[in-house]
Formats: sequence, C-alpha cells, structure tokens
Amino acid sequence: MPKNEGTKNEGTKNEGTRNEGTESELLSGWGRTAPTRATVTEPERLDDVVRVVTDAGPRGVIARGLGRSYGDAAQNAGGAVLRLTSMDRVLHLDVEKGVCTVEAGVSLDTLMRALIPLGWFPTVVPGTRYVTVGGGIASDIHGKFRLGSFCDYVDRMQLVTPARGVMTVGPDQEADAFWATAGGMGLTGVVTEATMRLSPVETALVTADTERARDVDDCMARMLDSDDRYRYSVAWIDCTATGAALGRSVLTRGNHTRLDELGAKQKLRAREFAPRALAALPPSLPPGLINPLSVRAFNEMWFRKAPREKRDEIQTLTQFFHPLDGVLGWNSIYGPRGFVQYQYVVPYGAEAVVRETLERLSAARCASFLAVLKRFEHASGGPLGFPIHGWTLALDVPVGSSGLDGLLDGLDDVVVEAGGRVYLTKDSRLRPELLRAMYPELDRWRETRAALDPNHALRSDMDRRLDLSGGTQ
Amino acid sequence: MKDALGAVQSVLVLGGTSEIALATCHEIVKQRGARVVLAARKPEVLDAAAADLRAAGASAVDAVAFDATDFASHEQFVASVWDRFGDIDLVLVAFGVLGDQAVSEADAAAALEVVQTNFTGVVSVTVPVVARLKAQGHGSLVLLSTVAAERARKSNYVYGSSKAGADAFYQGLGDSLVGTGVHVMIVRPGFVHTKMTAGMEAAPMSVTPDVVADAIVKGLKSGSEIVWVPMQLRAVMSGLRHMPRMVFRRLKI
Repeated sequence: MPKNEGTKNEGTKNEGTRNEGTESELLSGWGRTAPTRATVTEPERLDDVVRVVTDAGPRGVIARGLGRSYGDAAQNAGGAVLRLTSMDRVLHLDVEKGVCTVEAGVSLDTLMRALIPLGWFPTVVPGTRYVTVGGGIASDIHGKFRLGSFCDYVDRMQLVTPARGVMTVGPDQEADAFWATAGGMGLTGVVTEATMRLSPVETALVTADTERARDVDDCMARMLDSDDRYRYSVAWIDCTATGAALGRSVLTRGNHTRLDELGAKQKLRAREFAPRALAALPPSLPPGLINPLSVRAFNEMWFRKAPREKRDEIQTLTQFFHPLDGVLGWNSIYGPRGFVQYQYVVPYGAEAVVRETLERLSAARCASFLAVLKRFEHASGGPLGFPIHGWTLALDVPVGSSGLDGLLDGLDDVVVEAGGRVYLTKDSRLRPELLRAMYPELDRWRETRAALDPNHALRSDMDRRLDLSGGTQ
Repeated sequence: MKDALGAVQSVLVLGGTSEIALATCHEIVKQRGARVVLAARKPEVLDAAAADLRAAGASAVDAVAFDATDFASHEQFVASVWDRFGDIDLVLVAFGVLGDQAVSEADAAAALEVVQTNFTGVVSVTVPVVARLKAQGHGSLVLLSTVAAERARKSNYVYGSSKAGADAFYQGLGDSLVGTGVHVMIVRPGFVHTKMTAGMEAAPMSVTPDVVADAIVKGLKSGSEIVWVPMQLRAVMSGLRHMPRMVFRRLKI
C-alpha cells in the first residue's frame, strides 16, 4: 500500500512540543485561519481511540484527518485531537462485489491508487484526493457527482462513542446514530472503520465535454438541459465579469471512459493510476498575491484558454477531478492571513440568488479566485448533511478583503431567505443564530448526539463557535 | 471562538470604565453580538455603559469587581471570571492612571500608586490571565499602552516609565506565546481625548477613543502585534527614540 502522501500536505501550522505519543500543536483548517492549540494523539488501534475518548478532559476531543475542512471543524482549542491518519489500513476488499472495509484514516488518494487498477472507484470523490474516509463521512462530501453524497455509499461504520462505547452503525442498524454521523462534523463519535460500496470503472480516464457559457443564465440553462447525459458536472464561473457577461462560465462535464472508447494501445494502460505531485508551494508566502488584479488576470486567462466547445476529450481522473492536487500546499498562495471558502446551496427555483451573489461580489470588487457552480439532485440523509436538491456555489476569498465580513453576512441572509444553507465543512465565519434556519433538523440531530455523548466529550472549535451541540458555551 | 475574519464572541475588559475599551466593545458588538464582561473597582458605576453596550447589540453584559492594586485578589478574580463565563476570546487590559507628575516627584506614595497600577497591577493580573488563555488554547490579549512608553520624557516620566514596563513585559510575553494559540497585541495610542486627559492641552495628532477602537478591531482582524494610533506616530516615535538626549531633553514635550 503506498504510504499516505497527504500527510505531508497537512493544513497545519506546526509549532509544538513533543512528549510521549502526544504532541502539542497549533492547528488550523485548510483556510489557515484562526489557529488554536491542542494535544494531538495519533492512535494505532481501536483501543487507543477508545482510551482517548474515554479519558477526554473538560475540553473534550475531536477527530482529525488530513485537515482539508476549510474552517475550524477539526481543531479543538485546549483539548485533545485524534489524528486518524495513523489508522490507514485497507482491511477487506471484495473485488467481485466492489465493497471495501477500511480504517477511517485511509485517504481517498490511497484508496484510488489501490482500487482503480482493479476496476473500482470510490463512488463519491471531492475536489481533492487528500481527504480521509472519516473526514468524508463527517462532512458527507459530495464532489462533482449530483446523485448522492459520500454516506449514501457507506453500508456500515464503526463508531467510538462516549456513552455507548464502540458501536456498529449503518442505514439498517442504529440508523439514527448513522445519519447523525453523516455530515455530523465528528461530534457524534470517532469513526474508526467504514464499509463502502464502490462503483465499477473500466478505465482511469474521464471522457469530458467542455463548453463556454456566455452568462450565468446560459450556464444554468445548459446544465438543466443536458446534465443527465453526464455522471459528473461542474461549472467554473468568472466572477470578475460584469454587465451582460455576468457569470460567464466554462462548463465541464464527463463520464468514466469506457474501454471501447480507447485504441488498442491505450487499452493496455487504461487503468493505470499513479498521479504525482508536480510542484509544492512553500508554507509561507507574502500576503497580497491573490488580489483583484491577479484574480482578474487569472479569470480572463482561464476563460479564454477554455475551448468554446470541445467534445469527447479523454482526460485523466486527476485532470478532471483534482487539478489542484498537482500543487502541494496550494493554500499558502493566499498568504499568512489565509482565506475563506464560502459555499452554499439554494433550492431549485432560487436561481436568482446565484445571480445576486455574483452581482454583490462584483459590486464589492471582491473577486473570488475560483467560483464553482454545481447541482444536487439528491439530499443528504443526515440532519446536518449539506446537500439538498438545488444549486451550490463555492467561492474562495482571501481574508483581508475589505468589507468581506459584511458581504458574506449579507449573502447568508439571502441564502436563508431562499431556504438554503452554507456548508459547515467550508465554514469559518457564520453567525450562530442562522444555524437553525439553515439546518431545520438541528434539534433532531442534537437529540441523537446527546444520547451518544451526554457529557459533551466530543468538541471542536466549530462546535464552540456555532454552538452546534447546543449549550456548549 | 474568534472566527476566520477576526470577530470575537466574548470579551473581558480589565478597567471597564476606560473610554477606549468601551468604544472598542461598542465597535465589536455592533457587528456581531458578543458577550462582554466589564471589570472595574466599582462595578456599580458601569450600569450606563452596560446598558449602552446591550443597546448596541451585545448578547450579554456583566459588570464584576476588580481592583488593579489588590494583587492578592487577582488569581481568585481570574478564576472566578473563567468559571462563571467560560472561554474568553479577547482580554483587553485597559486600566491605568495618569497621575500628577509634579506630585509624584515630591511624594513617593503618589509615584508608587502610578507604578503599582500601570505596571505591577498589569503584571499581577496578566500572569493568571495568560495561564487561562494557554489552557483554553486560543484568545487575544491586548494591552492599552501609549506612545509615552517608547521614551520617557521629563514632563511625565513616572507615567511613561510605568507604561514602558508593562509594554516591555507584553513584548516579551507576545514572543513567548507564539505557537500557543494566544495572540498578544500592544496598542500605542498618542494623545487621546478622554476624561483622563480632560483639561490638558492636546498634543499633535490627537485622536478620539473611537479612532483607537477602530484601530484595535482592525488589529485583531489582521493579527497585528503592535498597533500605533494614528499609524504615523510609529515614524514620529522612531525619530524621537533615536534623537540624542542633548536634543531630546530640550524639547518642550
């Protein structure tokens, strides 16, 4: 099994002291904002996890994977953090049925390298391979796949809970605990193992169609019109464009390439999957590299380099799904103050919210380096899961852009008004009072959570900031 | 918890009657409601300020008793604040006295009062505060210093030296806390129009408490370590600091 490369690429500011098996570390999310100190333990076995959860002090414990959630979900100021990347074994693989059981610290990178040559694919992959299975569950991640999120393909998981010990949960057993854990931000227990249903693939390639859309309405119309021909769909939006070109975009959609689409020579290497990082950014770069000028130049270039229309282009999985994985530590481009990713979903019918977002961004001269529009045709089964049927827009904005707090607070109001929600995994600045309006099943989740952890041993900075669990303050 | 954009959810003000501190709290709560704890020798005088902050958007305001020169009480005081209110995201150390230079020169007791409030008191309460902040693994600790701490002047060296002591303590403290999740910021305003300076002739580049508050909130957002108010004073004070004493002592400042 290839060793987990992602650990090198951790979203961590590493300044700490070491003593027996634990390390005091300053941790932040991928956005590199609001770092806090915690005592980090790297468990080797289930027993280690049980011990740390049982012995959690008053400031509690939270699990962490590769640190790819953008905000403060996987950090626990003054408390304990279990870094599960040390539990990264593939325990069982049924090559006939396409079912695998893994430890929660296995990264999708490891999994894809192991599975694709055998003709299997983790059904849902996000925008980076450097996430763990445990993190995928805690966020109920979605990626470019419209028809389901990560936990829809999880049959069973092993969950270490403070009140009920080691549990086996799934959609058909202890379903409440299972779904509360799906998208539950790690606050229901520590996932140590998961059994996942895989999707068959014939190749390690994607047949992609790329087209340009002249504005945001055109883009949405094209997606609604023909997304059903594709398994994966994503639109990149130039949010520096204004006026008639507001929301001009590049739409990229694709399906796993079938063997019969390839020539004889290509077929021989069709399932080869060994991506390599092309470059790595130094951990500290000066502030201000991402500024309105550089963002405008990048967006202009990105739009112009995209073909007006290109059909049936064979791309590698990395090109299609994970272009940024080629640059290790790309988040440092935003400088020492880090960045905020803002992602929301609004239901179908609320298309005007997307347009309004772009108008407000351009009026505030707050250009997002990357703006991505996708659709969901399913809803997460978790009360705290993000996906609902509708449009989801994601923006990256450097911290320090003037008026950013007011701008995002204003967008939150528009999103709530439309019946939408922001994605907790990306969040680092939401007003806590909006939580219930965005997640109407919050109280049901809190009830399930409290039964698993009545003394509130599972805690994170996000929990403290948003009072997710209720009564944490 | 402080969020990604520097907004804090709970504030402890040591020296709750400080106009600069109250203006800072005002600025903080008007964007996002935060819980504010005001600590002062006579908490009952804070009723109006507390009502003001509630009206401005604070989710809760509490006034507690704190005596900067009752050193023996500080450990217990800090413990009681944390026990009662939980994590504190921002501690603003804002108490201090200006004293009367002429009186202090003639009366050691008067000089000691200035030093014990502005320096010893700051050290005494900072030590237990820092222990709590380190234990919670996050938080900002802000000292209201002054440009007068940069170089003692003949016209107010008692005050200047007491503030210089606290300022130096915080510089070292800030460096020692790197990597702990605790952020230390020193604020050095010039002449600020407050009741402390009422009746005095305003120095050049004087500012109002609101201007200082604005600079503090900006500094918190950007994670600054030293904030000069106004910003230009950094250059001015750099000039004064390096001025030969022969010249400096002749200045009418």
